Parts: sequence; C-alpha cells; structure tokens
Amino acid sequence: MVFLVVAAGVVYSAVRYRSRGLATTEPRQIFGSRKLEILWTVVPVLIVAGLFVVAVRAMVLIDAPQDSDRSPDLVITGHQWWWEARYPNGVVVPWDIHIPAARRLRVRIESADVIHDFWAPNLARKMDAVPGHWSYIWLEADEPGIYAGTCSEFCGAQHAWMRFRVIAEPETDFEAWLNNEARAGRNDVPDAAELLFRNKCEKCHTVVATAPSSGKGPSLAHLASRETLGGGIQRNTPENLMLWLTDPQAAKPGNRMPNTPLTTEERRALLAYLESLR
Amino acid sequence: MNWLYAIDHKRVGILYMLSALLFFLAGGMEAMVMRAQLAAPNLKLITPETYNQMFTMHGTTMIFLVAMPVLTGFGVYLVPLMIGANEMALPRLGALSFWMQLFGGVLLYYSFATGDAPSAGWFSYAPLSEKPFSPGSGVDYWALALLMIAGGSIGSAINLIVTIATERAPGMTMRLVPLFVWMTLVASVMIVFALPALVASLVLLLSDRLFAARFFDPSQGGAPLLWQHYFWIFGHPEVYIVVLPAFGMISEIIPVFSRKPIFGYPFVATSTVAIAFLSYGVWVHHMFAVALGRNFLAIFAAASMLIAVPTGMKIFSWIATMWGGAIRFTTAMLFAVAFLLEFTVGGLSGIAFAAVPVDWQVTDTYFVVAHIHYVLFGGTVFALLAGVHYWFPKMSGRMMDEKLGRWSFWVIVIGFNTAVFVQHFLGLMGMTRRIYTYPDLPWFGTLNLISTIGAAILVFGIFIFLCNVGMSLLFGAKAGDDPWNAWTLEWAVSSPPLVQNFAEIPEVRSRRPLWDRKHPEMPDWMQA
Repeated sequence: MVFLVVAAGVVYSAVRYRSRGLATTEPRQIFGSRKLEILWTVVPVLIVAGLFVVAVRAMVLIDAPQDSDRSPDLVITGHQWWWEARYPNGVVVPWDIHIPAARRLRVRIESADVIHDFWAPNLARKMDAVPGHWSYIWLEADEPGIYAGTCSEFCGAQHAWMRFRVIAEPETDFEAWLNNEARAGRNDVPDAAELLFRNKCEKCHTVVATAPSSGKGPSLAHLASRETLGGGIQRNTPENLMLWLTDPQAAKPGNRMPNTPLTTEERRALLAYLESLR
Repeated sequence: MNWLYAIDHKRVGILYMLSALLFFLAGGMEAMVMRAQLAAPNLKLITPETYNQMFTMHGTTMIFLVAMPVLTGFGVYLVPLMIGANEMALPRLGALSFWMQLFGGVLLYYSFATGDAPSAGWFSYAPLSEKPFSPGSGVDYWALALLMIAGGSIGSAINLIVTIATERAPGMTMRLVPLFVWMTLVASVMIVFALPALVASLVLLLSDRLFAARFFDPSQGGAPLLWQHYFWIFGHPEVYIVVLPAFGMISEIIPVFSRKPIFGYPFVATSTVAIAFLSYGVWVHHMFAVALGRNFLAIFAAASMLIAVPTGMKIFSWIATMWGGAIRFTTAMLFAVAFLLEFTVGGLSGIAFAAVPVDWQVTDTYFVVAHIHYVLFGGTVFALLAGVHYWFPKMSGRMMDEKLGRWSFWVIVIGFNTAVFVQHFLGLMGMTRRIYTYPDLPWFGTLNLISTIGAAILVFGIFIFLCNVGMSLLFGAKAGDDPWNAWTLEWAVSSPPLVQNFAEIPEVRSRRPLWDRKHPEMPDWMQA
C-alpha cells in the first residue's frame, strides 16, 4: 500500500513533469510547504503507532507468559550440527522430534556449543539456543502431520544440514512411540559385532535411548527405524550408512566425526549391527 | 608515483574510490561464487567451508572496503569543493586514514593466501568465532584487519567533521550548506560514536582468542550475548553510516535535474539528525530471536518503527522536489529515480523486522537477504551510480556516454531486481540464509535459479558501466565547468579542479550560490 503511494508519486512526477526539448525558462521555484511536511510526518507516525499495537498484541499471543514452575515437556538441544530432543521419561532422540498433536508443549531450548536457532515455521516462533542460557517456547501442532524445521542461526560449516522434523501424532500413537523408544533395542547379531561397537563407537554414540547424552554424537538407539541420517543430509539406507562408516567427512563435510580406522570386515559387521537396531 | 604520497583531497578521494572499486570486484566475485553454488539444490561446486568464507568475505568487503571507503571518497573529494574550501582541514590525517583503510583490506585478503580465510560471518558471533570453534587464524586476520579499517574510518570521519566545522566559505552558515555535506557530517559523527563499540568488541574477541581471556565463553562465566550487543550497537548505526551520504547524493541530484530546489530543506536536514539519534536505540532488532523479555523487545520495536518516519519524510521530499519540475532524464537522474523506488521496497520490508512477531519468523531467512540488498544495493549502490554519472564530468573533465549509460542502467535494474526480488519469496517459504546448499523443496530450485540468472545479468550491467567509465575517460566529450547547469559551488571551478580549487574564495548568501549568480534578478537569498 505505502509502496503504491510512493511509486505512484514517483511515476506520476516522472511522466507528468518530464522536460520536453530544451526548456529555456526554469519552472517555478518552490522551497517547501510546512503544511505538507507536517502531514507526511504525522501520518506515518500514526501508521507505525497502529502497527506497534498490532505487533505487541501478537507478541503476547505467541509468547504467552511461562509458568516458571512447570517443568518442560521437552528439552531441545542444539549441537554442531544436529538437534536432540529429550523427553521427561529420559528418552533422547536425534532430529526426528515426535510430539502429541493438539497439545501446547512447554519446550526448553539449549545449546551444547555455539548459538543455534530452533525454527519450526508452522509450529512456533523462532528461538535462539544460546549456550549457558535457557530459553522457553510454546510448541503446538493443531493437526497431526510432519512439519519441517531447521537451524536458523549461522553456526559453522554444516549449518545448512542442521535440519529436523517435528512429527505430530494423535496422543495414543505418541504414547506408543515413546514407550517403544524407551525399551532397549533388539539385538540379534553376534556378540562380536556389539563388542566392536563398544570399542569403536561408544565413546560418542549410545544405543540406549534413555542413556544420558554424551553430547558428542547423536544417539543411535533404534537407528534402523529412523528415516534420515546426519541432520537430514541423507536418507537412511545401508549404502549411506556405510558411507558414514567409511568416510564420515564425505558423508557430511566438516562434521565432528573423526575417521575411525576399520577393516572391510569390521565395517560390514558394524553395518549389520546398526541395521539391527530397530 | 606522486599519487602514493598525495595529500590533496581530490587525489585522496579518487584513491578511496579506486580502492573501493577494486574490492567491489572482489566482493562481487564472491557473490557470484555463492550464486553459482546455490543455482540448484544439493550442488557440490564448493565445500561448505569455502562457501562460509565467501559470504564472510563478501559481507565484510562490501561494508568495510566498498561502501564506507567509496562514500568517504566522495565526501573527501566533494566536501571542500561544496563548502568553498581549498583543502581538507587535516590533509595528512586524510592520507593516513586512506592507507590504513587500504592496508586493512590487504591484510584481510592476505588471509586467503594462508589458506585460512575467516568463515564465521561478517558478524562473527561468539562463541562460533572463538578459538575452540574457529581454530584457524582466519578470525584473527578478520579482527586485526577490521581494527585497522576502523582506525582509518574514524580518522577520515574526524577530518570531515573538522573540515565542515571550520573551512566553510564566508557566509555559509550550517543552514546553507548543501545537503550532501549535511548528511556526510551526520554520518561522520555517527562513525565517531559507533565504531568504538566495534573496536572494543574486537579487542575483547582477540583477547579471548590470543590470550585465553574468557569474555564470551559461557563455561567460564563469560557472556556470548555481550558480543551481539556490542556488535549491533555498532552495526545498526553502521547501516545509516553507509546510507546517509547516499541520501545526500540523491538530495543534490534530484533538484538539479528537476530544475527545482530541494523541497523542505530544513525537514530533510533535521530528519537526518533524527535518524542518527534513533539509530543508536534500535540495535536489539537484530536480536529479537533471543529470549530477552517482552517489554525489552517492545521498546526496541517502537524505536525501530519510528525510524521509518524520518526516512519516509525524505522520500516524500524528493518526490515533492520532482513534482512540478522540468525533469531531465540523464543517466544520473534515472539511477536516482530507481533509487527512490528500490529504497522504498527495502524500507518497507525493514518495517517487517521491527514488528517483533514477524521478525520471529523471517529473521535469518532470505527475506533479510532481500531486504539488505534492496537497502544497500537498491539504495546505496544506485545512489552511488547516480553520483558517479553526475560528478564524473567534474572529476575527469569529460562527459560519460549517455547511450551506454542508459544501457547499463536498464541491464542493472533488470539484473538486480531479478536476482533479489525472488529472495523475498524464498525467505517467506522458509529458506534460511548462510546455507551452502538446500534440499529440493518445492520452488526452492526454480527461484534460486532465477536469482542466479539475475545476478549474472547484474554482473553484465556493471561491466557495461565500467566500460562506459573507461571509454569516457579516454574519449568522452569535454565537460566544461558546469555541464548540468547546477547550483552548488563545485560547479564553479574548472573540471577537473586545479590543485587550488578556488582562485578566489566565493562569498555565499544562499543554498544555491550558482543560482544566485545565474539569476541576479531573483536570487534565492531574496526569497528565503
């Protein structure tokens, strides 16, 4: 609207007052008009005052006061470069965050390293995750569904692939999912493979969903049931998982996972082990 | 050779402009590398680290090594001429400031040679810019280079302030100085008050990085948010530092080509001062996504919205100046008129960020990228292009080619708007900024490809402009002292001006001394 007024003024003057040929006389010299100047000061003041009122009202709606004694329904932590969600029952999951639909959740946003920003455009306001500084948001999905989200504050090499999904489910499905996450993973592979995992991977990755987070690498509990790897950079297929075992820097350049020297045999055994974590 | 130890304000001014042009080409190439990488989803032309270096260097270069120096260059060149002085007040400080600026830039670019260019962004938020997360020497180069550039900027700003305060021709009160001089003065005062915040934060960051201090490290009781407060209390005034002198150019060019005096001079000058004051109270709108408390945010939202008022006043004054005039559409005027429209787009999208709830969605998306480019390219660069076409005859003694000028104008307008306008949509669709690639979501690929094509067109437009500059320097028609039939004092001296600008210092009785000379039957001072 304002743009149209300005554009109309510019275009009208440009066309109407275009000089044709060589004008020998100068146009009437006008130095200003106090009335007009006051008018175009006062009207914009009123417009922005109106905008301000609307903005503050919306702020109150979106950022409703937090009852500070209520413990959070969900704690979300940003890591370079993946998200982690922790539920009240101790379950920790990476970047596929399940929530019950149609319930207003109090969510605490934390950071483990640098500043990140939790942004699920359809569900909540943006909120910076600042290390050493807890922030709270209200998160709510009216309808069940899968909602995309991403980190919205530049946080280093792989800021682009610090994506997440919020999976909103009916209350009963959500409960079932949470209970399933809490149980220990099935294990039908040889003990040798599990031992290999303990030796090579467990310093950073756990396979127990309720274990306290190491903070170094995402939990691999129930890995085979997840759809994506590396904060959304690849689909979870055996080939892509193998890439992470062979050359993590090729799988996601710049990420914090070091190359672990493994023989081809060991890689196969680990892949089979990881694929069994349902 | 004698350019190396030049202290004449015209030579120092031209050195500023040439160094800015050099860095403009570098920053432009960085932008093209990014646009190439973003042309399609999931491209792997460059590594994420290289991409991050590109946008860090692009932002730092365009702000500190292009916008500030080129505007300082115009100021240093034009201010003495416009106020009827023969020299800057502190010519040696002027030369020192330029060389500090240039060597700061060289130091910054030297980081590429070490293989470790900075990659934490032009804003280098702590703790990402701290040693554990940016272990290379890039951020050190960045901080040291900016310290040097900041020193140079403060030096040149003090020089301009002193010159405007003490060197004005007899009779030229502050109510009679050209608006370009007014706005350069206000921008210079802002530099003197804003840059020290940057210097302080850089010193703290370097202490953290080099001497293991803990100013921004939360695990040791430091405060990462402190960096953001420091940076933006410099950073938002900075936006006006690189926009106000451009406003000044527009305020000179539109009246001359409309054949009317500026509409409401006192309002235009006062609104500039209002912008300067308000700009120190809006920095938190860069931090609305941090949990800072609602009332706190509301205050900064109000201040940020208010700043639209004095800015709007200027736009209306410029339109009213055109209204009822006899407009000559030279290339300079075309760029000035395009500036009006494009800056308005940038200004209006800016209000979106002042509205906190909107900011909670669109901040750090491509909507911001579009906004800043409409302000800084559609605004500052278009005004600069208008300024180059307007003052080139004075500086070189030759006219620029109008035909090539028109070509470059249309190609630049089409290229710029194609490249940047679609970024508003990308931002609203959820594309965050500073990402080296993006998933193949609906429309993302198409819109990004359009943006990249627009950027290529823009490069071609800039190329035509540079050809025009080069060819006009060699073959342009002789300009004469006053090719535009203008009114301010720089057009009273020869083109290019002699080392001693004015054989005789003119006496000034109105805002348009040359109008008075040309129209002795109705001089301005009789009407005002």
